[in-house]
Amino acid sequence: MPKFHLTLTVNGEQRELLIDPRRTLLDVLRNDLELRGAHRGCDSGDCGACTVLLGGQPITSCLILAADCDGMEVLTVEGVTPVHGLHPVQRALVEEGGIQCGFCTPGMVMAAIALLNDNPSPTEDDVREGLVGNLCRCTGYIKIVEAVMAVNEGGA
Amino acid sequence: MGTVIGQRLPKLDAPDKATGRTVYGHDVRLPGMLHGGILYSRYPHARIVRVDVSRALKLTGVKAVVTADDNPQTKFGYGKDNTPLKGEVVRSLRDEVAAVAAVDPDIAEEALGLIEVEYEPLPPLFDAAEALKDGAPLIHPERGSNLFQKYKYSHGDLGAGERESDVVIEADFELPYVAHAAMETSVVVAEFDHRGHLTLYSTTQIPFLLQRDLSEALGLQGSDIRVIQTAIGGAFGRGLDIYPYEPIAALLARKAGKPVRISFSRHEEFLAAPVRQPAKAHIRAGAKRDGLISFREVYALLDIGAYVSWGTVTPLVMMETTASLYRVPHVRFTADCVYTNNPITGAVRGYGNPQSTFFVETMMDRLAVALNLDPVEFRIRNANRPNEETPQGLKITSCGLKECLEAVAARADAARMKDESKRMKSEMQIHPSSFIPHPSKRRGIGFASTLNVGGGARIYRSDGCGATVKVDDFGHVSLITGSTEIGQGSETVLAQIVADVLGVTVEDITVLNSDTDVKPWDVGVHASRTTFIAGNAAHIAALEARRQIFETAAEILKVSAEDLMARDGHVVETRQGASVPLSKVARARHFREGGTVILGEGWYDPPTKLVDKDTYKGNISATYGFGAQMAEVEVDTETGKVRVLRLVCANDVGRAINPMAVEGQMEGGAQMGLGYALTEEVIVQEGRVLNPDFLDYRIFTSADMPEIESIIIETDDPQGPYGAKGVGEMGGTPTAAAIANAVYDAVGVRLTTLPMTPERVLKALDEKAREQKEK
Repeated sequence: MPKFHLTLTVNGEQRELLIDPRRTLLDVLRNDLELRGAHRGCDSGDCGACTVLLGGQPITSCLILAADCDGMEVLTVEGVTPVHGLHPVQRALVEEGGIQCGFCTPGMVMAAIALLNDNPSPTEDDVREGLVGNLCRCTGYIKIVEAVMAVNEGGA
Repeated sequence: MGTVIGQRLPKLDAPDKATGRTVYGHDVRLPGMLHGGILYSRYPHARIVRVDVSRALKLTGVKAVVTADDNPQTKFGYGKDNTPLKGEVVRSLRDEVAAVAAVDPDIAEEALGLIEVEYEPLPPLFDAAEALKDGAPLIHPERGSNLFQKYKYSHGDLGAGERESDVVIEADFELPYVAHAAMETSVVVAEFDHRGHLTLYSTTQIPFLLQRDLSEALGLQGSDIRVIQTAIGGAFGRGLDIYPYEPIAALLARKAGKPVRISFSRHEEFLAAPVRQPAKAHIRAGAKRDGLISFREVYALLDIGAYVSWGTVTPLVMMETTASLYRVPHVRFTADCVYTNNPITGAVRGYGNPQSTFFVETMMDRLAVALNLDPVEFRIRNANRPNEETPQGLKITSCGLKECLEAVAARADAARMKDESKRMKSEMQIHPSSFIPHPSKRRGIGFASTLNVGGGARIYRSDGCGATVKVDDFGHVSLITGSTEIGQGSETVLAQIVADVLGVTVEDITVLNSDTDVKPWDVGVHASRTTFIAGNAAHIAALEARRQIFETAAEILKVSAEDLMARDGHVVETRQGASVPLSKVARARHFREGGTVILGEGWYDPPTKLVDKDTYKGNISATYGFGAQMAEVEVDTETGKVRVLRLVCANDVGRAINPMAVEGQMEGGAQMGLGYALTEEVIVQEGRVLNPDFLDYRIFTSADMPEIESIIIETDDPQGPYGAKGVGEMGGTPTAAAIANAVYDAVGVRLTTLPMTPERVLKALDEKAREQKEK
């Protein structure tokens, strides 16, 4: 099969790749770019563990062909992590106990960042609705929701 | 006591997990690694006539194909009834017939499609009751019966209990298949070195038992097998057994001479990973007018599927709930575990307890109603008390059941709710499916309790765990523990214990817990045992390390070791305040003639015993955890939908070493309990899973979750580390019963089948209306 010449801006850096056109964005991130923070949980867009931002919008990267992202900007959990320390959403999840097994966490971080970009002061219901596409089997979501609520509270 | 115990400390591994740095099984990449795929059976029960792999072998990129010809002679698994690949007969649709390893997953999948298998279908068996009948097809003919094991337990005199009863209730229950639904699917990487030693990268919960199991499955020596646990993306009991995909990966790796990874897709996870046993149960229970329970009788029929796992031992837990949750003078418990051609079942969080607690606690509610007693008052009157031995032989030491019930009852604002629901019920006298005056929504509250092992569970010869505490020349502390981290926070809780003893912070500690070549033995992470068992082991090891530290520090400071304490990374003399840094003590002990390093060892195996093999009596755990929940629900009588508005959870955890982690267990357990109650069911028809994805297998989302209040009850267990006992499984155990009792309170119907879907609720409402009309 002929390769596809893909140009992506990933975490602010332009990348050029020759890929199998059947590959999803998640495949390319994990296997070609070695960005394994986006996790494969279902391959059907149901669990949200592979959530990244494409052109600033949260998407499940397992459901989109990488070729369809040609020329676009992708932001992954690696891209929001500062060189030192944590992004405020990451810090809140750590400190509020919103992380157990952690498999859903990078997707949750990206979904929460997108949510807070749209709505910096969400209500509890806003957060619960905003994270509805990101499944978690460990925490019961309670501390995740509390963490996201806490991000912009008290000037944190 | 230091300040680190009882602190809400973040999980030590959380920052790496938040940033995507953590390496899970799916992230493991080894040089030359191949991708394995498994061909599953096309029939639930069939004879394999012919397997032809020649076309698959010719496909470019395929490096190995294995079939039953590659199996060793031995069988493996809890019932010694399984082989990696099946050669003569397939017994379920998840049976592994052949497997391939290829340079990429697509080629592996293509190769699977090229394998030709000719089957001769055999009569299938999908019903557990049918399986026990004469003439039923035999799943394992060499066993002579489909009954794998019968559990028979009794105490007291059931007849006497029945005679003294003023009320007797009888009911049938039907409980569904449930999936672990861990966010990370099953994954394994197998690699052989030049010596023929196997390294298995695994998400197992039982690394040391897996060594043994793999040795049986592969015909290797246990000493030739090393298990390295990657970060584990959720487990919930799934990792409590060996499953065929693990030895299959090893067989492929050996044949190909390359590392091989097998990672399940989500579909495959639903089809081929184990599920909770579906159960049918018949219960009779009685009580006296004075509000005391008189007897309980349970018969449970468990469909274990085509092969046995540790999950088949769950009747041990079911009988514990039946015999020892509350004081029950007369008990009989019988359970049959039978083979069918249905999916293989295994251990799932709670290990039989969610099932038995559902039927025991909904029966308690019925008895309370029959006796016209307040449901909480009835429970408290019968509650287990501290320092008593149950007739089953459970030695209850600390016990906060009464306190848990009082705590959730206080939150229930019971009086207000009751009046409200009484008023609503009186409005509800017409057929619920016909026109109902607005509003159609009724509210109710319900309660349920739980008893769970809290100090290990001796289901194997050893219930022990080892630990080593090392202090290096720079004062950095390593805790090497046999226990396993599956997200529950054990690494943080254990570090807190060591930090308290050595007077350092948790950041000064590295926890090593993932390699059988490094860590000392542990039976595995199950039965809510890690804080209690591994915590005691870590405590013992830390105390020994501190003894060595104080010995040398006493020499340096020229004081008596008894006058020393460890604080802020220093050893401090308590009278004059002289101090020396821990790092200096470590170096002083090391760099001298005859010097030595600081190395404390700990081993803890609780003072418990295996239950008697005939009577099933005995003290299986060093202590027991208790809990109670209150659910407030709203039932829509037009749609049948049950919405949980609030769940109040109280757990007696002995002592919360890390309250935030305890709440995490309670809240996460509640999520699973809510699903068990209302939405989760692996639908199996003729051995086939019909809903193998998260769209059709509904776990609770963030939007579905009710308000949850977690109340920690501390009872200071005499044997627990700092008084702590286990909490991991209790969070979801009483939830379904509390919700079912609340549904009754709201609309007056008893649901005996889980999950309580809108269809089932509507059907129950219709039946009730019909009965009322007939009256």
